[in-house]
Amino acid sequence: MKLVTGIIQPHRLDDVKSALEAAGVRGMTVSEASGYGRQKGHTEVYRGAEYTVDLVPKVRIEVLVDDADAGAVTEVVIKAAQTGKIGDGKVWTVPVDDVARVRTGEHGPGAL
Amino acid sequence: MELDTGVTAWMLTSASLVLLMTPGLALFYGGMVRGKSVLNMMMMSFGAMAVVGVIYVLWGWSMSYADGSVAGLFGNPFEQFGLAGTIYDDAGEFVLSDGLPVIVDVGFQATFAIITVALISGALAERVKFSTWLVFSGLWVTLSYFPMAHMVWGGGLLSDDGPFASIADPIDFAGGTVVHINAGVAALVLAIIVGKRKGFGKEPMRPHNLPFVMLGAALLWFGWFGFNAGSAYGADGAAGLAWVNTTTATAAAIIGWLITEKIRDGHATSLGAASGVVAGLVAITPAAGDVSPLGAIAVGIIAGALSALAVGLKYRFGYDDSLDVVGVHLVAGLWGTVALGFLATGSGLFYGGGVNQLIVQVLIALVAIAISAVVTAVLGLLLKATMGWRVSEDAEVNSIDLAVHGETAYENIAQGTVVKEVRA
Repeated sequence: MKLVTGIIQPHRLDDVKSALEAAGVRGMTVSEASGYGRQKGHTEVYRGAEYTVDLVPKVRIEVLVDDADAGAVTEVVIKAAQTGKIGDGKVWTVPVDDVARVRTGEHGPGAL
Repeated sequence: MELDTGVTAWMLTSASLVLLMTPGLALFYGGMVRGKSVLNMMMMSFGAMAVVGVIYVLWGWSMSYADGSVAGLFGNPFEQFGLAGTIYDDAGEFVLSDGLPVIVDVGFQATFAIITVALISGALAERVKFSTWLVFSGLWVTLSYFPMAHMVWGGGLLSDDGPFASIADPIDFAGGTVVHINAGVAALVLAIIVGKRKGFGKEPMRPHNLPFVMLGAALLWFGWFGFNAGSAYGADGAAGLAWVNTTTATAAAIIGWLITEKIRDGHATSLGAASGVVAGLVAITPAAGDVSPLGAIAVGIIAGALSALAVGLKYRFGYDDSLDVVGVHLVAGLWGTVALGFLATGSGLFYGGGVNQLIVQVLIALVAIAISAVVTAVLGLLLKATMGWRVSEDAEVNSIDLAVHGETAYENIAQGTVVKEVRA
C-alpha cells in the first residue's frame, strides 16, 4: 500500500477531488496547510508597515491506495491541480506498512 | 424656558449614539490586535465604560460644569457631588437649561468622558495590566478630562469667558481639544512610559480581523452623529449642518487616506479606509458647527492624508503607539482645531476674519497639549513606580487574554482547549 500526498493550490481542491472520485478513489483526507517553495511568500501593508508573509495557504490532500494505483492517482492529481504557474505544489508517494479500518478492525489492503 | 421635548428627545438619542461609540471602538481596536490579545483590547474599552460611568455622576459632572470654578481650571468636585442639585429644583421639578433637563446633559456628557479614556487604550495594546488601566482611567479622567471639559465647555480658561477670548472666541465644537488632542497626547506619553511590546518592529503584528475593524469604524461613524450633531444642543439646522459636515469630512478623509497609501504602498486597503473614517471624524469634531460643507471637504481630505503619513512616525521614533492613537487622534485633532483658524465661516482667515482665530486655535491646542502631557506623565510614572504597567513577559508572549482574563477568543489560541471538568 502507498500513501499519496499532494500539496496543492487551495482553489484547485474541487477539481482534484472530482477527478479522484471519477478515477475511482473512494476516500481521502484534506487539510489546510501553509508553506512555501519556489513561490516564496508575499508582502502585505498595514498602515504603511510592510509585512513579509513567508507562508502561503495550501491544501494537503492524502489518499491511501494499492501499490498498483499509486502512479495513476499521482497523475490524476497532477492533471487536475496543474495551472502551470509557480506555487502549484508537489505530490509524493510513500510506502505504508499497514492500514486498519477502525470500525471493523480489519487490516491490510481490504481496509482501504 | 419650558421643557423643549424636541431638543430633549434628540439629546437622549445623541447620548445613546455616543455611548455606542465605545463598544464600536472596542471592535475597531480589537480587530487590529493579534488574535491572542483581542479580549484584553476590547476589555480596556469596557473597563473605561465601567470606571468612568460611575465616576461621572459622583464628581465628573461637578468638576466639569458646576458653579464655582477653581481658577478657571476645574469645577468644584463637591459643589454638585453625586449630582446634588442637578436633577430637581426646590419645587421638585426637573432642572432645565435652555429647555433641556440638565440630567439629560449629564448623560450626554458622561458618554464623552467614557470614549475619551477608551481612545487612549489603543496606545497600550497587548501588554498592560488590566488593574493598572482601570486605576489610570479613574485618575486620568479626573485630573485631565474633567478639567479640560471645564476649561473649554464649562466656562473655564479656554472658553469664551477665558483670557484668549479677547483675541477671538476659541472654537471647539465637539471636542477637538478636550477629547482628541487630550487623548492623543496621553497616548503618546503613555506609549513612551509603558514601553514597546516585545518584538515591536521585528515580529509581525498584523491585524487579526479587519472586518471587525471596519464594523467598528462604521459604528463609530454612526455614533459620531450624536457626538457632533448632538453638540449643537438643538434639534435644528445647526445640528443638520454638523451632521452633513461630519459625513462630508469623513467621506473626504477616506479619499485622502486611500490616495496617500495607494501612492506610497501601492494598494487602497480596508484598514486604510477604516482609519480614514476615524481621521475624518476626529478632524471635523471641533469644526462641525463652524465650517461650511465645502470647508468640511478640505478638513477631511487633508486629515486623511496627514494621518496616513503620520502613522509611520512611531517606527521612526521607536515608540509603540500600537494602534496609532497619536497618528490619528492627535494629528487629526490638531489639524481640525487649527483648520478652524482658516476655515471657520465668519472668523477664519479664508473668510476675511484675519489671523486672530488662527492664533487662538493654536493657543488652545498648545494649552491642551501641555495639560494632558503633564498630567499623563505624572500619573503614568506614578503608576509605573507603584502598581506597574506591564504584565509578565510570559503573559504577553503567550496570550494576555488567557493570563489576565482567563479566557481566549478563539479555539486555536491556547493549546489544550479540551474541557476536562465542568464545575457549576
